[in-house]
Amino acid sequence: MEPLDLELEATEIELPVEPMLVNVGPSHPAMHGTVRCVMELSGESIEHVDVQVGFLHRGFEKMCERGTWSQVFPYVDRCNYVSPMLNNVGFAMACEKMLGIEVPVRCQYYRMILGELARMSDHLTCAGAMAMELGAFTPFLWMVKARDLIWDIMEEETGARLTHSFGRVGGMAKPPTDGFKEHVRAVVPQVLSILSECERLLLGNRIFLDRLEGVGLISAEDAISLGWTGPCLRAAGVPYDVRKAHPYLKYGEVEFDVPVGTNSDCLDRFLIRFDEMKQSARIIEQSVERLADQGPINVDDPRVILPEKHEVYSTIEATIQHFKIVMEGLKLPAGEVYSYTEGGNGELGFYLVSDGSGTPYRVRIRPPCFLVTAGLERIITGQMIADVVPCFGSLNMIGGECDR
Amino acid sequence: MAQHLVGLVRQAFPAAVLSSHAQHGDDTLVVAPSAWHDVHAFLKSDARTKMDMLVDLTAVDYPDREPRFEVVTHLLSLELGHRLRLKVAVGDSEGEVVEIATLTDLWASANWLERECFDMLGVKFVGHPDLRRILLYPEFVGHPLRKDYPANKIQPLIPFREVDNIEKVAPFGLDEGMSFGRQSHDSWGKSGESGPGEAN
Repeated sequence: MEPLDLELEATEIELPVEPMLVNVGPSHPAMHGTVRCVMELSGESIEHVDVQVGFLHRGFEKMCERGTWSQVFPYVDRCNYVSPMLNNVGFAMACEKMLGIEVPVRCQYYRMILGELARMSDHLTCAGAMAMELGAFTPFLWMVKARDLIWDIMEEETGARLTHSFGRVGGMAKPPTDGFKEHVRAVVPQVLSILSECERLLLGNRIFLDRLEGVGLISAEDAISLGWTGPCLRAAGVPYDVRKAHPYLKYGEVEFDVPVGTNSDCLDRFLIRFDEMKQSARIIEQSVERLADQGPINVDDPRVILPEKHEVYSTIEATIQHFKIVMEGLKLPAGEVYSYTEGGNGELGFYLVSDGSGTPYRVRIRPPCFLVTAGLERIITGQMIADVVPCFGSLNMIGGECDR
Repeated sequence: MAQHLVGLVRQAFPAAVLSSHAQHGDDTLVVAPSAWHDVHAFLKSDARTKMDMLVDLTAVDYPDREPRFEVVTHLLSLELGHRLRLKVAVGDSEGEVVEIATLTDLWASANWLERECFDMLGVKFVGHPDLRRILLYPEFVGHPLRKDYPANKIQPLIPFREVDNIEKVAPFGLDEGMSFGRQSHDSWGKSGESGPGEAN
């Protein structure tokens, strides 16, 4: 080793100029999801990056073409597996749009409450994981605790904590349990108090803020052109929320605001999820008030809804009806439909093509994550390598949904 | 809801619009392949349409038809709040030459969406800057969402271990679960088109 010449000016030291290739992923502790980034570095800044996805591809769209329409529900559960209820409801609504049926009001509020709870668990996971990747482990544990409280409700309602498969074409698998309202009313304030604790813990932290502020900027035009939707688009200052722009279920009748960011950096994308959780709590509060205690949860339509079990066992008509729906699958009229709802990460669309048989001809899931992840290349090019972690975390790429 | 859009496009491209419908309230235009890019460019730039977001791009395979594939886009105007679906029929019956103009110069989202469409259905987007597989690996042969791609075909990058008495290797084939009452769109093997009457 040569002796260090202390007389030398810093600018005179020649650094190697050839770019360095660094490969992050597909499995990397700083990436929550299987994605691979091949980065060309000049010093510490990223010159070019190739984002490669698809490591979690399971061929759901092909698998959907082999079963019945109802058998698609477990697949959509496993798309965005941190908010499966939103996917369930989204797919059910696509089928209902095709059949031209509307579920009863009670079911609509029930779907909204469960959906908003799922959205909270989605945002909690994203914010918590993002903080953890930046070294703040405590908020992650606290947020997972809050998420667990929500999952307890889900478990009580659906029987499963994560992949519920609870949606049905024309309703839900079960009506709300007796203690549902009380349980929700008890849990939501707890979640909100955990949120405010986490806010105090993180937003007063210089190190955490310095890593997020002014990092991963994107203009509103670029975000729109990239097809971004959901929190990432709203952080860029575009107030597009499917629940407001094209209200479905009873979202037109409840009061809530659409939080919008100003700087479009990682901090905005982080904060907007906190604000949205508070708005979700508002929606839940109002919906719980309006959720009727009695009344049908499923549409009265023998084409799509299974008859009551005691009738199946006692009458031949109900047995045949049950048999037809289960064995042949419910029949959607031939044609095509595009139905869209607000998923955890943005507009979750389903483009369905039916040929009139009981089997889907084509189920196209429009994943919000896929398009958001496509923008990763744009926001990290020119940034430092350490910025990849907060940028990637703030986009909330969910491997299952991105790769399907 | 967006019926006037259909009229606008018909007015601007009288020869290119082949048909239109509004099933379930989704306004749809079927356009000629030669006008695919121009119609999108018009819809994006015109002050009355302002379709600033390409929401989705995908394709559907109809093996019995000629042209065989239907490329489908969904457009949204954030400012005006309307949506439109555009479709184009492309490709020969063999699926060898399936080509359509790229939209990557209009919307950045077209980049990955077209790559996915190419990967899954083998539609080639002429002029795409980086048309390679995105969800599957480069060594993969074929395009899985085509109807003539067998659903139970496996192409492992690394061969399975040779272990005796392994009867089940995923995927398990058409007989997995309920073998009856299923209709399969695969042209592969014997199709499970048995009705419930033959079920046993």
